[in-house]
Amino acid sequence: MNERAGTLLARTPRRVRVLALSLALILLAVFYPNYVESLGDAAVIGDFIPSVGSMVVMIVFTMMAVGLNIVVGYAGLLDLGYVAFYAAGAYTSAWFASQQFEDVSFHFGAVGLRSDLPGIHLSVWLILLMAGFFTLAVGILIGLPTLRLRGDYLAIVTLGFGEIIPQFVRNADDLGGFDLTHGTFGISPIDSPGFGKTLNDVFGLPESYQQSFDRTKLFYLTALVLLLVTVFCSVRLRDSRLGRAWVAIREDETAAAAMGVPLMRTKTWSYALGAFFGGIAGAFYASFKSGAFPADFYFNISIFLLCMVILGGMGSVWGVLLGGMVLGYLNVEGLATIGTKMSSAGIDFDPTKYQFGIYGVIVVLMMLFRPTGLIPERRHKREMAEGAHDAGDE
Amino acid sequence: MSDVLTATSVRKEFGGLLAVSDVDFTIPEGQVVSLIGPNGAGKTTFFNMLTGVYKPTAGTIVFAGKELAGRPPHAITELGIGRTFQNIRLFQHMTALENVLVGMHCRLKGGIVSSIVGTPRVRREEKFARARARELLAFSGLPGRDEQLARNLPYGDQRRLEVARALATEPTLLLLDEPTAGMNPQETAAFTDFVAMLRNEQKLTVLMIEHDMKVVMGISDRVTVLDHGEKIFEGTPQEVQRNERVIEAYLGRAATR
Repeated sequence: MNERAGTLLARTPRRVRVLALSLALILLAVFYPNYVESLGDAAVIGDFIPSVGSMVVMIVFTMMAVGLNIVVGYAGLLDLGYVAFYAAGAYTSAWFASQQFEDVSFHFGAVGLRSDLPGIHLSVWLILLMAGFFTLAVGILIGLPTLRLRGDYLAIVTLGFGEIIPQFVRNADDLGGFDLTHGTFGISPIDSPGFGKTLNDVFGLPESYQQSFDRTKLFYLTALVLLLVTVFCSVRLRDSRLGRAWVAIREDETAAAAMGVPLMRTKTWSYALGAFFGGIAGAFYASFKSGAFPADFYFNISIFLLCMVILGGMGSVWGVLLGGMVLGYLNVEGLATIGTKMSSAGIDFDPTKYQFGIYGVIVVLMMLFRPTGLIPERRHKREMAEGAHDAGDE
Repeated sequence: MSDVLTATSVRKEFGGLLAVSDVDFTIPEGQVVSLIGPNGAGKTTFFNMLTGVYKPTAGTIVFAGKELAGRPPHAITELGIGRTFQNIRLFQHMTALENVLVGMHCRLKGGIVSSIVGTPRVRREEKFARARARELLAFSGLPGRDEQLARNLPYGDQRRLEVARALATEPTLLLLDEPTAGMNPQETAAFTDFVAMLRNEQKLTVLMIEHDMKVVMGISDRVTVLDHGEKIFEGTPQEVQRNERVIEAYLGRAATR
């Protein structure tokens, strides 16, 4: 009894602290569109405040990073082809919410469109789910043959798949006469999410994001909800039986198998679940941009997402959130802003031209000075704290 | 008394190297059986065939009525064979408790969706698993070590944690690969008592590879001697100590003259 009370006391403050911090951050994030303008007027930092539209992009990429973290961070499987899942998600949106398949006309829950518009038009909410499950299936298909490999070999093969899928997309405009992806032109426009007329009348929910004056803000809030759901699932998975098995595999595959962890199934799940969230993020982003273009799915994106995970701290959800938002910001707005500032100060240097060089330098510096990331995973933090006294052993 | 495991003419070749040559071997229920032999005799190879790491080139291994050859390690663990490793292979960055919880993996049922949603069944199962893991840690002589990272535990405790983790898989047959290697005499003595307790109180069957003859002679019900991949002798500890072929294998021909 006493012992139990002791552990409760020891645990509660941390839990409460984390909960309070999360709530505060969520509140700050929810009201971001309301105070962003006044922040933008502030001296010095004002110009560096990302717009709501940039925030949408940042959040979408962070969401993908959180998904990738399930593969790389939890299970320790180096995946260099995550962009494939982003593409799969985006094209799910494109197929089921555009005029791509003109020969059919099928509407279900689509908002803000003429009902005689050709093509398949499903509700974007439905599509997000479909994208998740489609990408999950793609993840299993890619995972089953490749996950038998270990370490570097896995990285190389995933790299291959990350290249194959964009190439396929680029060339799949004539599959025996059938135009699946519209080739290099991509598919555009893609329908917008929304709640339709009835829900608008009854609850005042926006009928269609695209036609709303608050378009960006609506996309922002939706992205935020998706990110929160992803983070929630990711944390729950980490603390589950499956999450433990992932870490065990990361630590020692042979021992994990000997303890009854089925290696293939467990690894494939990490790959598939990571893909699931990447797919949803991709589908949502396609709807936000109202298009899916093969040029978006370059190998760079995989590396960029990996940088977010490494910068933040592999395996650490908080870390990946931070890493994702920081790199996302630099990519979307930050470097350009810094460039403008520099040129107005008379320095002839455009950081956007060197963006991947700059991310590379960041990752190298992290590896040198803080290899476990900005916010390390808890077990690594503990290792450093506890392990200090017996560091001489190794 | 029936046998929990029966191996019949088990053979393992690595290319041209014959590591284990047509070994017949049984483990009677409820006994401690030791497998000894000079280095390179094929003990660990034999072990690895029992646990599914290697597939035998020929021969059959039957455990609890099921053929083991060709099954992956996790399936064999699920059938009820738990093991430890010669070189400690704990999950270094996991706590002692988490290590044991991983051992329970195949006995727990929590699925993906139910874990995310946090259904009452999964919560109950997790709570139960944690309580059971603490029990196992205490039983294995690691009370209060629950939250320590495995890599920060003293050597002897790491060995004990390996056993606790193996026990968490709920084995009927426990395989220990040189469990006392690197232990000091006190630790070894304590560990020997621990294995005896596993047999007497938990009714576990134990197969052990061991080099420390004090341990082997102290608790084994039966000793099997391998040399150059062949079984050269099998018998009680007393018989083994007197057998000429065994002495020859360990000390050379001159010793038996």
